[in-house]
Amino acid sequence: MLKDEDRIFKNLYNDLGWDINSAITSGDWQGTKEYISKGKDWIIQEIKNSELRGRGGAGFPTGLKLSFAPKELGSKPHYLVINADESEPGTCKDRDILRFEPQKLIEGCLITSYAISANICYIYIRGEYFREGQRLQEAINQAYEKKLIGKNACNSGWDLDIFIHYGAGAYICGEETALLESLEGKKGQPRLKPPFPALVGLYGCPTIVNNVETIAVISTILKKGSKWFTSLGTPKNTGTKIFCISGNVNNPCNVEEEMGIPLKDLIEKHAGGVIGGWNNLKAVIPGGSSMPMLPKSVCETITMDFDSLIKAKSGLGTAGIIVINKDQDIIKCMSRIARFYKHESCGQCTPCREGCGWMWRMLERMAEGESTYKEIDLLYDVTKQIEGHTICAFGEGASWPIQGLLRHFRKDIENRSHEDPIIKEKKNIPYLIDQHLLEKDNA
Amino acid sequence: MSVKKISKIQPGTFKFSKDNLKESEHEINKYPKTRQASAVIALLYLAQKQNDNWIPLSAIKYVAKKLEMPYIKVYEVSTFYSMFNLSPVGKYFVQVCTTTPCMIRGAKKIVDVCKKNISKNENELSSNKLCSWVEVECLGACVNAPMMQINYDYYEDLDDKKAESIIQNILEDKKVNSGSTKNRKSSAPEKGRITLINTKNA
Repeated sequence: MLKDEDRIFKNLYNDLGWDINSAITSGDWQGTKEYISKGKDWIIQEIKNSELRGRGGAGFPTGLKLSFAPKELGSKPHYLVINADESEPGTCKDRDILRFEPQKLIEGCLITSYAISANICYIYIRGEYFREGQRLQEAINQAYEKKLIGKNACNSGWDLDIFIHYGAGAYICGEETALLESLEGKKGQPRLKPPFPALVGLYGCPTIVNNVETIAVISTILKKGSKWFTSLGTPKNTGTKIFCISGNVNNPCNVEEEMGIPLKDLIEKHAGGVIGGWNNLKAVIPGGSSMPMLPKSVCETITMDFDSLIKAKSGLGTAGIIVINKDQDIIKCMSRIARFYKHESCGQCTPCREGCGWMWRMLERMAEGESTYKEIDLLYDVTKQIEGHTICAFGEGASWPIQGLLRHFRKDIENRSHEDPIIKEKKNIPYLIDQHLLEKDNA
Repeated sequence: MSVKKISKIQPGTFKFSKDNLKESEHEINKYPKTRQASAVIALLYLAQKQNDNWIPLSAIKYVAKKLEMPYIKVYEVSTFYSMFNLSPVGKYFVQVCTTTPCMIRGAKKIVDVCKKNISKNENELSSNKLCSWVEVECLGACVNAPMMQINYDYYEDLDDKKAESIIQNILEDKKVNSGSTKNRKSSAPEKGRITLINTKNA
């Protein structure tokens, strides 16, 4: 288990108070000016050395992403955009950072903005987090008062303004280009890439979009050094991560742990075990709803980091762990996730807009036991037709969980399905011309 | 995509109140000049707040004019995002999360409570016109499931009895404390916490 002194988010449960004075006492905003005076290259190199990977789902190396921004400020301003549009089912880590660790985020914003030469930073918060947004605004105001941000922030000579922008209940706006569209006052429909936002982003200017947790850990990495960060976790999957454990566990909770911690430890030690005991476990969704589920046999040994989960044909995603025990109807659970994707599809690409509805309706039928064996393969075919045929990764996010269900729990669906009713019951349907083909003797 | 019902009864005109006018200027100033369209979501929120939780078409026109945007663009935005209500929802708008993490912890019971106490169907006003409810997708408080949102506030760690008492209170227009109904500390484990013990005791 991770030692308490190695935890980055010491105020995760609001034991210490969220206000700026408490935050400064526990170490925020200390030495920020010196890190900035060491220069942009040093900051980016240090983040590269720490091998920090983005915490928003894709796990892209953060240092590399920051280095994509143009080195020199051209005719267009640069922007930093923080993605706090946390809507992935099973994930609620950013909410706690916004509520209880806002200064870590603001400090990270200043350091990152300086590193990519941005003077303006927008924080895009999902509309439902209205109270969290208010809290963050208060924290920003406190930071302005102490001259930690604003003109000549922290006496570093760099100007930074931070603005909060609310979303309005669209999951798709968590996709970086859809987020930028939404920030420009349009419908949140993803853009084609390339051009990538690092060159053509918000208002056509170079923009770096990062998740809340990624930015919030940067200041601690600089303070404690990249060596400390790489000493935690496993190679290529360094550092710590906030895991959200929800579903059928005795004590659902958010907890910060080392990358590469065994899934069983997280569930048994931190979340008080599966309801009904470990043997009552049916499946676990390891990284928010878009990641394929893992059956119990895999959960015994799997470790929670990007690479080992990819090996298990799943992914770490946002590390929102949804535990499902045997009391639940697994097909119904996935059908609800399919309904989520049907509801949240932005409607831009046909395969996703139409296919998500198909997948949901088929899964509903399967859960009710109205489907035939043939439909199982048909459903798999639909997921394959969506995956990779859309502008953004929403298509993958919608089809992977269903592929996971088919991969591990096909038997459950088969047990509920039946043969094609026309053949079995030999219905005499007058308008069916090929009725004779249905008779076995004539086939 | 969500289906939006546009109210048949529409007020004739809409204008921001003095406070909201000031607030809207503040929102527009967050963005570079000529990029005032960025403030469209913020202005629609203000309109929604001013008009009892829903946006009439006249407000969409008003916002479009204010931001120098074509009417259809603002209309598009207000129908795309699920948080804008285009017909009356009452003073208390109850949103029950029913996505999988909440579902497996019993969100259906909360829905039943809403059906019993508020109205038979979603998006339907209660008999005293004070309240309506709707099933929504993940609200991002999964470790505190099941939960619901009433206007701006989250009510977490619910069960059917607690949800019923909250809803009965709001139906009588009484204030109810938000947050966890189990007196649990934010998203910390309810029992058997093993991390950050020193900070807890500090």
